[in-house]
Amino acid sequence: MDLGQVGKIIDKYQEKRTALISILHDIQDRYEYLPEEALRKVASRLQMDLNDIYGVATFYKSFSLVPQGKHFITLCLGTACHVRGGPKILREVKKLLNIEPGQTTADKQISLNVVNCLGVCAIGPVMFVDGKFYGEMNPVKAKRMIDKINKNRRKSGVRS
Amino acid sequence: MRRIKSVSDLEKWREDVLSRQKQHGLVISVCGGTGCHAYGCKKVRDKFAKIIKKNGDLQKVRLKFTGCRGFCERGPIVTIQPQGIFYQRVQEKDVPLILSETVEEGEVLEHLLYEDAITKRKVTSEKEIPFYKAQHRLVMGNNGLINPKEIEDYIGISGYQALSKALFEMKPEQIISEIKASGLRGRGGAGFPTGKKWEDCRNAPGDIKYIICNCDEGDPGAYMDRSLVEGNPHSVLEGMIIGAYAIGGSNGYIYVRHEYPLACKNAEVAITQARKAGLLGKNILGSGFSFDVEIAKGGGAFVCGESTALIASIEGRVGEPRSKQIHTVARGLWGKPTNLNNVETWANVPLIINEGSQWFSSIGTEKSKGTKIFSLVGKVKNTGLVEVPMGITLKKIIFDIGGGQQDEKRIKAVQTGGPSGGCIPASLFDLPVDFDSLTQVGSMMGSGGMIVMDEGTCMVDVARYFVHFLQEESCGKCLPCREGLKRMGEILDSIIEGKGSEESLSLLEELAEVVADTSLCGLGKTAPNPVLSALKYFRSEFEDHIHQRRCPAAVCTPLIQYSILEADCVGCGACAKVCPTQAIKGEKKQSHLILAEICSKCGSCKDVCKSNAVTVQ
Repeated sequence: MDLGQVGKIIDKYQEKRTALISILHDIQDRYEYLPEEALRKVASRLQMDLNDIYGVATFYKSFSLVPQGKHFITLCLGTACHVRGGPKILREVKKLLNIEPGQTTADKQISLNVVNCLGVCAIGPVMFVDGKFYGEMNPVKAKRMIDKINKNRRKSGVRS
Repeated sequence: MRRIKSVSDLEKWREDVLSRQKQHGLVISVCGGTGCHAYGCKKVRDKFAKIIKKNGDLQKVRLKFTGCRGFCERGPIVTIQPQGIFYQRVQEKDVPLILSETVEEGEVLEHLLYEDAITKRKVTSEKEIPFYKAQHRLVMGNNGLINPKEIEDYIGISGYQALSKALFEMKPEQIISEIKASGLRGRGGAGFPTGKKWEDCRNAPGDIKYIICNCDEGDPGAYMDRSLVEGNPHSVLEGMIIGAYAIGGSNGYIYVRHEYPLACKNAEVAITQARKAGLLGKNILGSGFSFDVEIAKGGGAFVCGESTALIASIEGRVGEPRSKQIHTVARGLWGKPTNLNNVETWANVPLIINEGSQWFSSIGTEKSKGTKIFSLVGKVKNTGLVEVPMGITLKKIIFDIGGGQQDEKRIKAVQTGGPSGGCIPASLFDLPVDFDSLTQVGSMMGSGGMIVMDEGTCMVDVARYFVHFLQEESCGKCLPCREGLKRMGEILDSIIEGKGSEESLSLLEELAEVVADTSLCGLGKTAPNPVLSALKYFRSEFEDHIHQRRCPAAVCTPLIQYSILEADCVGCGACAKVCPTQAIKGEKKQSHLILAEICSKCGSCKDVCKSNAVTVQ
């Protein structure tokens, strides 16, 4: 893995320890997770204990220590989405993908996450798929969406 | 961009902006809030831009991508000024028609207008729509008028005028007494008097003082802060600069949730523009006062909405709260006096400075002044952000603005205050909404989430939802919160699984009391509220689960079963088609059957059945 970007990110924040969370955010944005080697590099450049960095990286939900799939499905389980049937969707999605929230399918294609609120409450239940919000979801629409991701994948697989 | 060095520069700039805006005959505003984004507003905007660019006759039209207008459920929303036409649920394909008919010919397109649910009358202007009619949109109102990425739009609506007034016509002490006199209380939840907080921070000894804007907005079901920072970031910034001048602050932070990428971006743009214009940074408006703001991103931890945890997070540490024996106004960020207010609180400040404390305190109730933005969501017809004067009744919000129940299921409660609040039963809907009334009935104002619940919502399930939410979000520092919530969750789980007993409820209440009394921070102290209020007002639902092994709302899966009424089933096959687990069998035009052992109890069959043959018990 090319960790060249990590050094640049740390430079951008002038090795400030107080910028740790911002640095981790940037690394996560770049690599879509926090690679162990990257965290070691942050620890040495910021002259911090790796344990402390690990503490921060595991405390905040935005960070992931394992690589993510090609596609992201984030399901909102905020109160408004909950009362409108969010949990039913989660049950369905879990069964379809055969994974728990926070995990990635064995073929490294789809990662499933749940969040406590995406702040799009008026049109709940909301699903955030590959950077796009989808409102008024239900188990059937969720199934269709996953079918679509799988279908496109197969198609692109044929082409490549 | 020009650099503003004095009050007269600012005035001149405003005049220029206004005269330039006058050249536009017509303004098309496409709502760019996150809700509208989900419905495809970007495509709508792009289509407008494409046609306008091509068509020479449309050069006088200004296309604006504004902030959230609140009526998210009806998105994408497009308005046309000066006629004041309000189009809802606009799709890409409607765009050519809007341009050719409405813009060029002045014809109103009936099919894009809002239809009044009761009178069935088509409504042309925003003001006549019941959702907007009873609102008092002081803080939110400008969202629909400006492009949040254009500082000139904000200047055009008298932006930064309050700042210039504060810097050149008022002393810091005067500003503080004005805020105190206005009666403004913190919009983040606790309702602490803002002026008092400012005064304490100003009086705290120290050369360096920090100003923080809390846009962590962790409360599930609330999104007004997001909408303000996304839609009108300069109003928040202006409030912060005025606050910094009054308190003596030199640096500020806007703490934004990482889940709000658009809010982060728009705040960043606003800061850069304000800095370039000389409204932020060194020697603001030539007054000699300097103040700068940075963005700090949160990492998706609910507890970071708590002031001391938020400060720990800005310092780059794990977001654990500390004991507040010494308040943050005396020792906050990096041990320095720190004044932290919520987004909505900051956005109110320029209004008070411009219009005066007397005007502000004329709105609202005796102890809760001004307006409050609520996110009216859940099982209600009109969902979105509503801004109302304090003291308005819940009934008015839910039925007049919200339009009442969504379908045949009656509304039975509203949940306010997020995970720290409680469920208020429909019998108390005449309650005026203000800080103190809501606390009295066992809930709280919180940041303004208002989640409506109907007969299809199980209160045991809601109580469990909040306990699990808080258990997950507990930072784990203190034992009562960490362990107590876990045990409360287990008791609620057992009730939902049909394994509850008579002792479950008394044990739950006892635990709730201990958690509330002995937790370190606000998260734990208020955590039992949703459970206690549900037990207080909806005890019979808990008892049904325990004694009859029955969930009256038909939500708790271990206690329910779906089946098809043979007599009502017409054999259309719609249910079998949507069933994600293929649990429905039956020949065409013959009565269908649900195989209980395969059924995942998702309810999709019930949603599609046109003859109401699917029942749940």
